[in-house]
Amino acid sequence: MSLEDASLDIRTGELLAVVGENGAGKSSLMNVLYGLYHPDAGTFQMDGKPVRFKSPRDAIAKGIGMVHQHFMLVPTLTVAENVVLGREPTKRGLLDLDRACDEVAATAKRFGFQLDPRARVDTLTVGSQQKVEIVKALHRGAQVLILDEPTAVLTPQESDELSQVMRGLVAQGRTVVLISHKLKEVLGVADRVAVMRRGRTVAEVRPSETTVSELAALMVGEGSRGAAMTGVPVTAGAVASTGLSGTGTTGAMETRPPAPSSIGASQEAATGPVVLEAKDLRATGENGRPALQGVSLTVRAGEIVGIAGVDGNGQRELAEVLTGLRKLEGGEGTLLGGPLAGLTPALAKARGVGHVPEDRLARAVVKAMTVEENVALGRHRQPPFARGPWVDFKGRRERTDQLLATYDVRPPDPTVALQALSGGNQQKVVVARELDADPKLLVVVQPTRGLDIGAVAQVHARLREAKARGAGVVMVSLDLEEVLALSDRVYVLYEGRVTGHFAREHLDERELGRRMLGAEGSHG
Amino acid sequence: MFEVLHSLLFSTLDAAPALVFAALGAMLSERAGVVSVGVEGMMRTGAFCAAVAALVMPTPLAVLVGMAAGAGIAAVHGFLSIRWRSDQVVSGMALNLVAMAGGTFLLESLYGPNGTPAITQLSRWNLPGLSHVPLLGALSGHAAPTYLALTLPFLFHLLLSRTPLGLRLRAVGDKPHAVATLGLSVPALRWGAVLGGGLMAGLGGAVLSTAVLDRFEQHTPAGLGFMALAAMVFGRWTPLGAFAAALFFAFGNALRIGLASSAPWLLDLVPQGFLLALPYLLTLLVLALQGQRGHAPAALGTPYEQESR
Repeated sequence: MSLEDASLDIRTGELLAVVGENGAGKSSLMNVLYGLYHPDAGTFQMDGKPVRFKSPRDAIAKGIGMVHQHFMLVPTLTVAENVVLGREPTKRGLLDLDRACDEVAATAKRFGFQLDPRARVDTLTVGSQQKVEIVKALHRGAQVLILDEPTAVLTPQESDELSQVMRGLVAQGRTVVLISHKLKEVLGVADRVAVMRRGRTVAEVRPSETTVSELAALMVGEGSRGAAMTGVPVTAGAVASTGLSGTGTTGAMETRPPAPSSIGASQEAATGPVVLEAKDLRATGENGRPALQGVSLTVRAGEIVGIAGVDGNGQRELAEVLTGLRKLEGGEGTLLGGPLAGLTPALAKARGVGHVPEDRLARAVVKAMTVEENVALGRHRQPPFARGPWVDFKGRRERTDQLLATYDVRPPDPTVALQALSGGNQQKVVVARELDADPKLLVVVQPTRGLDIGAVAQVHARLREAKARGAGVVMVSLDLEEVLALSDRVYVLYEGRVTGHFAREHLDERELGRRMLGAEGSHG
Repeated sequence: MFEVLHSLLFSTLDAAPALVFAALGAMLSERAGVVSVGVEGMMRTGAFCAAVAALVMPTPLAVLVGMAAGAGIAAVHGFLSIRWRSDQVVSGMALNLVAMAGGTFLLESLYGPNGTPAITQLSRWNLPGLSHVPLLGALSGHAAPTYLALTLPFLFHLLLSRTPLGLRLRAVGDKPHAVATLGLSVPALRWGAVLGGGLMAGLGGAVLSTAVLDRFEQHTPAGLGFMALAAMVFGRWTPLGAFAAALFFAFGNALRIGLASSAPWLLDLVPQGFLLALPYLLTLLVLALQGQRGHAPAALGTPYEQESR
């Protein structure tokens, strides 16, 4: 259930933004509009006439196109094949790929895109793949283009370019619907903003008549939600850590939210002993291609080191090497007093490495097991979770109860299956477990992806807390705002190499973006 | 020397069609994203139904009955795995077991344990021009399926790489959600591929009892379905690759038979069981050497659900 009495009117030739928290129903509403999901009740009208979309085919026929948040491209096919799929030009019954390439090149050119129709999609950058998606919709004659969180994976430069593309489409008389939770960006580009909250459309505003903090308040729905979250006050400042950026070039300090917990307030680069020293790390990725091609980094106790980069530039593999999950194939390093080469997950754990992986359901928890069983995972042989060879049920329960209270997990019931919890609460359980082991090095990957604002603030507070306790934290995140908000130092990875290294006071969003796209520079 | 090679080639071409058809069928289904471990069961059903049908009708028609029977089993697989989104491996293995037990039960209760009564085999064609050319002569004297098996892989290649349908099938096996967002029907494409795969597997089975043998035997197809799967994997899920791999395995089979008959002294050195196991060992070896399943369609074995990504 994700939509409840949502209404929206879209006007020809406008750029309408739909904002809301994760899970507010933005994507669901758009998928309904596109014919992918079917509403239980309610109607659509187009040009005054009621319409019903049984499948995307109907929506496409009515001139609606959609660019999905997770690209709907077949990675093994070429750009042209992806674009013409479903309406392929033929010659004597066979695919006419030459004509397909010509047609696609023509469409791309008409809207000012540079695309090689014969390139395989999995060789393109994320930004280019997004252009393929847009061309795909335009090629089908889309008059109304829906873009679902299009900037979530883009660098600032690519986002700027996308804004221009969207404005250009509107200038040509097309209608653009932009789904986003990045409020500043939305205010900069939209003609009108609709706000969704818990499956409902709750407000409609003009960018000129509102502010970021007003929008944020509308999104969260002050009163009701604020009261539901104890421990961490939700303010527009907390919003800033997920979605919106500060005032551009003035740098990271501006975007940093007021610390949501008392511990976070007083931390300045307390540089302790080195916990990780790595030189020239090399490793192969899942696809067999080199993922790390000589990464060097240092992490000290009591600091958060952000790893920024466009998705797929070696961040994931780096985190895996540091946690013993991926084999190191070159380079050397010292991790908590032992060699990095030959590290296994058990060894990493024994030396004091904590890990909050990106895909928690695949790597951090067993979703069908209870919360307390998940809390014990990995430490199930040690007190208070075990006594000799036996499970210590009482000790485990006590410790879990205590953690659930401290970390504000809802519901605080150690006996429910983990999968019954919301994503945010699942993540809190993972973070609680890892921090409870008092790690000396904490490796976190995308710690707040898909979480709502309240949970984001809590997870961020916990990371600061770990740092204050003297842990070295390596944080991989695709969300530049998150990197800017938390990191004491930032390494930028591009194609498995470090293309930038910034201390907090030299952090600059634009410059980070440039390095994320591969621009080299003297290391800061 | 030529004579040995000639007879090896000849028996390779005789044994190859069943493997080629089954491998192509499995590949078709898997390229669309539906795991096809049930190929063994489809072959067995096709072989049995064709043998029984050939008792009452001309053998070529009986082959069509065998194909339909293979498609029937595939339809059950499609129903379980597409309509009900069950685990495709489990569904396929279950169908293999049903075909195994059901075939034995029907055979024993209708005809006894020694197989169905003999039928008229598919007639063999002599290619007069070729018969006396060295080596190429091995092409002459086979039944129709052999010649079909030498052409179909190329047609499949054309279908997959050069037609709109082929493009859609490849897309649906790699990223079904992308296909769905373009307004195409994922279930329809997968149903087509699964049923087509069933027809091919049924044909492979029918060939066993109408061209290779002249009846349905207790153990048919004796693991050939799994060998066809291995050929598909070894051929990296491509029609021509699977074809080459199937020929290679068929050659292994021919080699075994050739060795046993032309060099009886060998049997004193190695136990016969080892020779019997040779093609299977070869299959294992090849698969082990190939390693990762890096070439499988990305969405293979993942049931398609609309409201998930």
